[in-house]
Amino acid sequence: MRRVWLDGKGDFDEWRMAARGLLINGVPPDAVEWRLRDEEGADLFAVGEAETSVPEQAVAPLPSLTVPRAFMTLAEAVICHSDPARLSLLYRTLHRLQGEPDLLAIRSDADVAALNALEKSVRRDCHKMTAFVRFKEVDAAIGATRRRFVAWFEPDHHIVARTAPFFQRRFTDMDWVIATPKGAAAWDGKVLHVSTVPAENPMLTDATDELWRTYFANIFNPARLKVKAMQAEMPKKYWKNLPEAGLIPAMIAGAEASVVAMAERAAQDAPLFHSRLQAAAKIAEDIDRPPPGTLEEVREEARHCTWCALHCRATQTVFGEGPSTADIMIVGEQPGDQEDLAGRPFVGPAGRMFDAIAREVGFNREEAYVTNAVKHFKYEPRGKRRIHQKPNKSEVQMCKWWLRLELDLVKPKLVVALGATALSALTDDRQHLADLRGQTIKLAPDRSLLVTVHPSYLLRIPEEGRKQEEMARFRQDMARVALFAQAAILGKELGRQRARESEGSRSDDIQPVG
Amino acid sequence: MKKSLNERLAILSDAAKYDASCASSGTTKRDSSKSGGLGSTEGSGICHAYAPDGRCISLLKILMTNFCIYDCAYCINRSSSNVERARFSVEEVVWLTLEFYRRNYIEGLFLSSGIIRSSDYTMEEMVRIARELRVTHKFRGYIHLKSIPEASPLLIEEAGLYADRLSINIELPTDMGLARFAPEKQPANIRKSMGELRLKIEAAEDPTLQTKRRQRFVPAGQSTQMIVGADAANDSVILGTSARLYGSYGLRRVYYSAFSPIPDASKNLPLIRPPLMREHRLYQADWLYRFYGFGIEEITESQPDGMLDLKLDPKLAWALANRHRFPVDINTGEREMLLRVPGLGTKAVKAILSARRYRRLRLADLARLHVSIKKVQPFIIAEDTTPHRLIDRLDLRARFEPKPEQLALL
Repeated sequence: MRRVWLDGKGDFDEWRMAARGLLINGVPPDAVEWRLRDEEGADLFAVGEAETSVPEQAVAPLPSLTVPRAFMTLAEAVICHSDPARLSLLYRTLHRLQGEPDLLAIRSDADVAALNALEKSVRRDCHKMTAFVRFKEVDAAIGATRRRFVAWFEPDHHIVARTAPFFQRRFTDMDWVIATPKGAAAWDGKVLHVSTVPAENPMLTDATDELWRTYFANIFNPARLKVKAMQAEMPKKYWKNLPEAGLIPAMIAGAEASVVAMAERAAQDAPLFHSRLQAAAKIAEDIDRPPPGTLEEVREEARHCTWCALHCRATQTVFGEGPSTADIMIVGEQPGDQEDLAGRPFVGPAGRMFDAIAREVGFNREEAYVTNAVKHFKYEPRGKRRIHQKPNKSEVQMCKWWLRLELDLVKPKLVVALGATALSALTDDRQHLADLRGQTIKLAPDRSLLVTVHPSYLLRIPEEGRKQEEMARFRQDMARVALFAQAAILGKELGRQRARESEGSRSDDIQPVG
Repeated sequence: MKKSLNERLAILSDAAKYDASCASSGTTKRDSSKSGGLGSTEGSGICHAYAPDGRCISLLKILMTNFCIYDCAYCINRSSSNVERARFSVEEVVWLTLEFYRRNYIEGLFLSSGIIRSSDYTMEEMVRIARELRVTHKFRGYIHLKSIPEASPLLIEEAGLYADRLSINIELPTDMGLARFAPEKQPANIRKSMGELRLKIEAAEDPTLQTKRRQRFVPAGQSTQMIVGADAANDSVILGTSARLYGSYGLRRVYYSAFSPIPDASKNLPLIRPPLMREHRLYQADWLYRFYGFGIEEITESQPDGMLDLKLDPKLAWALANRHRFPVDINTGEREMLLRVPGLGTKAVKAILSARRYRRLRLADLARLHVSIKKVQPFIIAEDTTPHRLIDRLDLRARFEPKPEQLALL
């Protein structure tokens, strides 16, 4: 039996060197006795023995040492645990790893499970230290610019050195000391000092603790008493060093009474300012209304549309946009994910595709009024995404009201229906898109309808050859729109010129002479 | 007479306690070791204390003021309430945050406010607090700001530069409920703000062409809260709303807050004990939806009234209603199906998948993974165990139901 003496205060290197020596010499785990220097019965003889604890001879030397990185990380944590058995457990696992390199992946293995349990308890202790350390301010040295704080904490394990860097990263601009029975840590703005020498409770007070207690008492909701849940996360062993914990018994005892008192206190009349506020809100509602009979008024009304159920699920009404006197109106199906968020039509992938092709054929979308047959996005949530759903007949029917108003007010000469939904919203008789594709239909004496596919259809064609074919057809359709737009511009230009000419002749008449 | 800081802290923390969120996690890692200043965030949040209501106290959760021009029936701060009113100055909130932080009471600030004068004025004051903390005091701790739905997009944009998280409460699961209880709030405006924020967050995530660096903008994302039990919406409606919020706005969390009686309550509201178990079941269902591959319909379909079973957790309730899908062999079953076994969490499933590459797993192995054998046994096959006909037994449900307790007299 080989006896190894360690300090066992969380120093990983100390254990690592010893374990390495043993392993190189092939010492089996059951031939090692791990002892701690300050444990009971560690007398002077034993300490003397420690110096001769270097293995004398090889039993069955191992060819090489391989240690997975994961073991090192695990062992660095486990070594901080206060259970003396951790030392032999770590060595046994290290020894087993030489023959079973994948051992750590088997979390159900008894040794691995035990190690993981120790690691978890160290992790929890570290976490509770970051949570429950309470700094108290102390007077700074004369002439010092940095404020000074001291805390007292009682950890279960040897975690001061392991946790100290957290406080350094967080409380950089102040000097602090954390004293514990298992050592201390201190930061002065330059160096982080740690020691394993047990410290004394400095028994300090801080005036700000009173404000913190006020906060703690008032953030508590007495109607939701759950004492067990509190104690699971903030066990009583920590209470003595928490300035707020002294309030807990009284808070629990008074909870029931304060809920009853709340229930018994009937609602009183509203304070005076309430009615003043209500009156002011009424007045505010009536101003800022857009003038009646304009597209702006319709847009404002459509914002509050609740005629079909789609409005509850969509973000907002996506109304048409573009010049209110446009010659061309583009009508799509319904807003998609991006349009729904942005509140503007044709800004998603299909809209970008539409813009790109329009540009190619020399048509500027800004000149047209762009809208959709249905003004709210219909979808089905799938995890973090929304799957587009086709609007049904009644939804299209309901939304026709808005489309008709847009047509009446914008008075376009050419309407472009993108896809079947737009087609059915614009024509009352039921017709197939494929039959009318590329055709121009008279909607009214001075209004034609051009029928084509929706750009999102082009995005969905999987086969490249057919996709190119369909894109070409769509381009042709858009080229006709472009042609119409140019003709319209020319027509307008001509009209303006004529107007100018006739105006010019008139203005000549009244021009003052000289 | 002006109330002391301590008195106002009492009023304005009491007014803030009905907001459930106190999370300080999920933001970027940063600290003050190189930059100087104060504070750090390291991925997972820290709960610095727990109140006897079992809730974690991680942030200084306060209202800037509890004066409010709105009159939402469920809210303690509504304009028609006779609750005592108070207001903090910008400097006071900054001072409290920093002093509390230095003593390690908190991870940072969760600032909300009643609406005073106008939405923009209120939001501007809140942004000033965040700016003071971040810029003047080099504060690197966590900041959660409640954004005001009607505030101008420019203010929200500036808030996003300083805050780790922004949130707007959806308040109630249906538009009808909101119209009834919060007449001044527009559900469409709330959704619109969430949508705009999602677009801004996504735009900031795109690395810029020049620097390839991502802009820091609301790194911990947005969240919301729904009050449960104030209106008549059932669990199926609530969870459906959550699913839409997660899908539409990329929310990190939807918080459920069991409606809790408030002092000087409006006559429109039930004065009841908060439905805490219902709230708990909703959180469990929310987890099943987000991490266990369950659809919302699956979770609620076995319940005729659209309410979750209060006696059994929703996964167990689903398994009992879908016994034909069991038992699952833990040595060969697919991950998707293992996640559906009552008693197996995501960590246990991960450990099983890893370990079974090397060994055939027995019941004792599961015990060492901290799995409740009593709970999983009827639903699994392991190397040394089969549930026999356990899965088909009619009294299986009774095995899991809590023992009947004598009713408290009150």
